[in-house]
Amino acid sequence: MFTPHTKEDRDAMLRTIGIDRIEDLFKDLPADHRNPELNLPPALTEIEVLTELQDIAWANDTTRELVSFLGAGAYNHYSPAVVDAILRRGEFFTAYTPYQPEISQGTLQAIFEYQSMIAGLTGMDVCNASHYDGATAVAEAVNMAYHNFRGKRPKVILSPGVHPHYRETVRTYTHDSEVILAGDQGEVAEDAGPEALIPLIDDTTGLVVVAYPDFFGRIHDFTELAEAVHEAGALLSISVNPITLGLLKAPGEFGADIVTGEGQSLGIPLSYGGPYLGLFATRQKYVRKMAGRLAGETIDNRGQRAYVLTLTAREQHIRRDRATSNICTNQGLLALAATVYLSLLGQHGLRQVAELCYHKAHYAADQISGIKGYELWSDQPFFNEFLIRCPRPSQEIYEHLLEHNLIAGYPVGNDYPGFENYLLIAVTEMNTKEDIDWLVAGLEEVSNG
Amino acid sequence: MAEHLMCELSVPGRIGFQFPDPDVPTAPLPEGLLRDDLPLPELAEIDVVRYFTRLSQLNHSVDTGFYPLGSCTMKYNPKINEETARIQGFANLHPLQPIETSQGALALMYHLQLWLNEIGGFAGTSLQPAAGAHGELTGVLIIRAYHRSRGDTKRNKILIPDSAHGTNPATSAMSGLQVIELRSDERGNVDLEALREHCDDTLAGLMLTNPNTLGLFDENVEEVNRLVHEAGGLIYGDGANMNALLGIIRPGDIGIDVLHYNLHKTFSTPHGGGGPGSGPVSVTEELVEFLPDPVVDIVEPGDEEQGVPPLYGLVAPPQTVGRVKAFQGHFGMFVRAYTYIRMHGAEGLRNVSEYAVLNANYLLALLRDTYHIPYDRVCMHEFVAEGRWADAPDIHALDVAKRLMDFNFHPPTNYFPLIVHEALMIEPTETESKETLDAFANALIQIAEEARSDPEMLKSAPHTTPFGRLDEVKAAKELVLCCVPQYEKL
Repeated sequence: MFTPHTKEDRDAMLRTIGIDRIEDLFKDLPADHRNPELNLPPALTEIEVLTELQDIAWANDTTRELVSFLGAGAYNHYSPAVVDAILRRGEFFTAYTPYQPEISQGTLQAIFEYQSMIAGLTGMDVCNASHYDGATAVAEAVNMAYHNFRGKRPKVILSPGVHPHYRETVRTYTHDSEVILAGDQGEVAEDAGPEALIPLIDDTTGLVVVAYPDFFGRIHDFTELAEAVHEAGALLSISVNPITLGLLKAPGEFGADIVTGEGQSLGIPLSYGGPYLGLFATRQKYVRKMAGRLAGETIDNRGQRAYVLTLTAREQHIRRDRATSNICTNQGLLALAATVYLSLLGQHGLRQVAELCYHKAHYAADQISGIKGYELWSDQPFFNEFLIRCPRPSQEIYEHLLEHNLIAGYPVGNDYPGFENYLLIAVTEMNTKEDIDWLVAGLEEVSNG
Repeated sequence: MAEHLMCELSVPGRIGFQFPDPDVPTAPLPEGLLRDDLPLPELAEIDVVRYFTRLSQLNHSVDTGFYPLGSCTMKYNPKINEETARIQGFANLHPLQPIETSQGALALMYHLQLWLNEIGGFAGTSLQPAAGAHGELTGVLIIRAYHRSRGDTKRNKILIPDSAHGTNPATSAMSGLQVIELRSDERGNVDLEALREHCDDTLAGLMLTNPNTLGLFDENVEEVNRLVHEAGGLIYGDGANMNALLGIIRPGDIGIDVLHYNLHKTFSTPHGGGGPGSGPVSVTEELVEFLPDPVVDIVEPGDEEQGVPPLYGLVAPPQTVGRVKAFQGHFGMFVRAYTYIRMHGAEGLRNVSEYAVLNANYLLALLRDTYHIPYDRVCMHEFVAEGRWADAPDIHALDVAKRLMDFNFHPPTNYFPLIVHEALMIEPTETESKETLDAFANALIQIAEEARSDPEMLKSAPHTTPFGRLDEVKAAKELVLCCVPQYEKL
């Protein structure tokens, strides 16, 4: 099936090697432990395995069967047919890291296009070929800032509005390091704006991390924060949802030094949490501090414009224990998905989908805040997600509506103590007016318990 | 022929994709927060499809030819994997959905955890790490958490043999450990004398790549593990080379405490032009409580007699090192690896490793007389040759690699491991036929002859590829990392 050897092939190969049996190749291995009996289910054929997996998948109710307003870091967007048609080309998905540029120009030029589009979208100068996801991209920003100041500015301020999983990931990454995390340990209230972080900045601060939109969906203007951060000699990192950038100001305009993000919105399926795409962009002056792969333009010996992995001396396989990150394999195919998605939509399509999300979310917020007992938590501008205060614990409401095949949003009480009555609602172009009206009716019905 | 960039192909007014008009009343946009430029191209659908299809044709890939890139396990990726991962019930599942609505996904992850435990000889597995290097980081954090939980705080050094994978030193440094490199002995094993010098109460552990990057199984592995354990350290196993060991030996049975798998190597999930990977981590019983948050477990037992399945849920291990990324991991890769393991069973997996090792030893036998093999003994799934000859002084491994492209072969890994001069690290994998291996060996033998008779043929290679050698110095010096398009404002 997947091994083409016939008995004749095998015998001829053994003769060439000069042994009688395949087992003779394993004589260096501890004899007592060789050839264990693995307790695995018996092999299936392709027909049978497809049936089994379809049966397993039946036990899931997906965003296509339920009406879902669940976001909180992963969003149900439409991925045009072109995206998967390109991803399924074996020339792309069965290649690896383009170490040999003469026979990898497809991957390299696609990375270069990706770098160009993400840099343009975020308003930054340079972008790497990707990190694992939105969470690890923030962790790498923390890492980069720490090394940028050679450990002399170990304090990192995390806004409580940064996704809880991202902050947890940063904590895991920095647990055994000298980095000191602050900001989300009660120093500022969850509903405070970015200016509340300013008093926490001191001369040991290396990085301030905020989100755009934040976890609660709010859009802040970071101009004032950026000025304060830079005045103190620190760096500002903004974590984005890239669909937002089809409509709203690029974080580069606020003065961000690093922009990270979760690229899943850009044509990548939800797929129960991954694989997604970690965006990472920065200013030209920090390009050598940035981890991850980079494609650069050059020419070949025939005078043709061509692309090659460049600045590799920063990377783990050369710098070894002096490298700032160990990243090697990244999210190549997902970066390609985002590149195809952005190419196909272009400036008009991205603006269109961003506006659709915006209008539908605002319609939903208007309708819901019109129901007795429900209130929009913040009067700050928002994009496609917003926090609603409910008349009862949001977990109860959520569970009740789930029985009617409606996922009403994300109850935030587990992540934010004191927010047990709050529900985070995300709306995308996939939610029709009918869906929204049904959500509104459902919330109204359960409001009285 | 070089392809234009999209910013050069863009024509104002072209539309590639149309969304429906809003079906709700529109809301006022937030003036003052809107952007006035959006630097993206304007292309029709056919422009985009042709552009990326043509780009794809500039790539060498497993689907188009042999790809013996050492240490990367570029085996054939079954097409059925791509079908199962795209089943609607998997592809459109939100990671934060309530567990009652995602029992299928959780059951799949639960069984994959069990199977990886079984294959590696371990007690617990986290599927969360995103790639091999990410799994390494997770494993080293687990080792640190273990020592800390015992109040053993002075263990700050980690030993890494010089034949280990390239990511190992960077990983350890990221987790705040002092890295000490261990030399290999003349047979390519960890040098036991060097190891003994460092076995003291500051030892956190040792990172063992076995088979190592020379493609050799460490003959002293049990002694290495015993010495480290006696000193109170733990053994991290770099499982990137598990393709040699499936059903042959279980790392957990011979003293490895933590191991990461590369689903994108051993279990046939595609390499994607650089990723995504997937790097699950398996551990022994005493380390299960430190695994990253979350793992999948049964939260309510079922009743087999009544036909009631258990309820699966996401659980945080009691002393977890924490999350290493958002959500549950690269689920799409779990579906592919599940498909692959399910289609092989125990016997099929053993065959995978047997044929991977057979193919490597067959190639080694064909090439031994032509290429110097610095550590010449029975290899596992890969081996390292030298791309240099005394009577061809100007020829380097790089020239051999570039010339191979003219035969439609992807070159082996070059210049790694660092302990071999002019290294060519060759990993054929089990999915290649005898004919392919013969053709590859013949090409390498012809190239070795050309190295003496016509060195210029190698120096100026490749000749038949769409691109010739690139000016890497220019790329690093001028550092053009983006095209700067002149699009019209919105």
